[in-house]
Amino acid sequence: MSSTTLTSGGAAPSAERPRRQARKMPTKQLLGVAGILGFLLTWELIPRLGIIDARYLPPASEVIAALLLDFGLTAFWVSVGETMKAWFLGLLIAVVAAVLLGFIIGSSSFLRKATNSTVEFLRPIPSVALIPLAVLLFGVKIESSLLLIVYASFWQILIQVLYGVADVDMVANNTAKTYGLGPMARIRYVVFPTALPYLMTGVRLAGAVALVLAITAELVIGSPGLGREIALAQSGGAISGMYALVLATGLIGVLINMLMRFIEKKTLAWHSSVRSEVIV
Amino acid sequence: MKTLKNIGYILGLPVILVLIWWASTLGTVNFYVPTPARLVETFGKVWFSERFFTDVLPSVGRLVVGVVVAIVIGVVGGVLIGSIRWLRSLLEPTLEFFRAIPPPVLVPVLILLMGITDSMKIAVIISGCVWPVLLNTIEGVRAVDPVLSDSTHTYGIDGWARVRYLVLPSASPQIMAGVRQSMSLGLILMVISEMFASSSGLGFTIVQFQRSFSIPEMWSGIIVLGLLGVGMSFIFQWAERNILRWYHGQKEVENAA
Repeated sequence: MSSTTLTSGGAAPSAERPRRQARKMPTKQLLGVAGILGFLLTWELIPRLGIIDARYLPPASEVIAALLLDFGLTAFWVSVGETMKAWFLGLLIAVVAAVLLGFIIGSSSFLRKATNSTVEFLRPIPSVALIPLAVLLFGVKIESSLLLIVYASFWQILIQVLYGVADVDMVANNTAKTYGLGPMARIRYVVFPTALPYLMTGVRLAGAVALVLAITAELVIGSPGLGREIALAQSGGAISGMYALVLATGLIGVLINMLMRFIEKKTLAWHSSVRSEVIV
Repeated sequence: MKTLKNIGYILGLPVILVLIWWASTLGTVNFYVPTPARLVETFGKVWFSERFFTDVLPSVGRLVVGVVVAIVIGVVGGVLIGSIRWLRSLLEPTLEFFRAIPPPVLVPVLILLMGITDSMKIAVIISGCVWPVLLNTIEGVRAVDPVLSDSTHTYGIDGWARVRYLVLPSASPQIMAGVRQSMSLGLILMVISEMFASSSGLGFTIVQFQRSFSIPEMWSGIIVLGLLGVGMSFIFQWAERNILRWYHGQKEVENAA
């Protein structure tokens, strides 16, 4: 008798928990949707009530209509493609360079000490400082964007890789050495898995930074892409079009964040920070 | 001997790099790359003049005002949104979207709304720098240790005292991470807002040099921006060491155990 009450008492919370979660999740999402709708409504009302002139801030409905119109245009997708091409190439170059250099510098304590001051000096230099140089060297071509993107993302990733390589468990490394694993095998099976979570964090941060710099380069220098379209729309007085493009860049930003989180989850599926059950 | 070795490590690579630069510009006359001596000379001539007061100081002033206001808004808003659950659910998707908008696109938008003024440039910096601080504060407030939170409730610590002695300290490592991001973002936005539309300031001056092909002057401007970035990072590290001293100490103890 008492055992049945115990089991039922023990089983009840576990049976109830998913139901409670299932009930809680939709309200959370509903509230989120309500927040977005509330924001759009406020945006719609501010110009309609004349708080800000509709010439400068068109109502949300107009901007969304302009955005939907953009979705049907080839020119829009061409500029999205240009922006994404610069983003992807820049990020790729930065990842490859930072991983190579990070592993070389990180695996030798002499190199780490010798490069530390230079890295700490070069890292905080804002990449927009290179804009004039990019203009002189490359003009309004994609290389200008690439120079800024690579410079900005490289340091983000390099620092993370250096931390990651320094974090290698000495016992694991010495064990691998004892078992006769060569330097390459140790990098592959000991150092790389240790550094991977750090690397992924760096890549996720760099992905966001790379988008900012891609848009900046297009906006300020005028290399092809969404940023240039925004600058053109603004100077041409196509105000709803400009706001629509700003929304589009925000959507791209959200998509990139989601993509990065997805990649991180996939590549680190084995890592305890991602696995739901924690084995201690 | 040991300090000598450390100085060697700190100065070794930079000295080698400068030597390579010096040697490679020695015989040739490259239009794009000035010699080190020429650059140092130009740097002194261009920036240790009235330009320091007309261009550098106003830019730095706007940057400081923008970043400080952004941090205040971010922390206050973050504590508020982080402590009220329904507000957090209501606003989170919208805020995530705003964070995802690359801040430079706000420059043309704010030019439209506010015209090309000083307050526009400060607004650009604020509107870009607020998000990292705000979202990190929300995260930090949410991750307050539940045992500590319950204890303060039990002891009847509520309202401002709770924020001051529980919420802010436990969120501060996260907040500082956000502040770090927004400081470097602020510098970028300061430069962009001046490059895009302005008639004074660091960003404008550098673009002006580039357009008039004053290459050594342009390089010296790039160096000024670099020094600003390095200086800000030093200030941040100093502030972080002081504010988070207890946190680093705690980490050390935990790692040692």
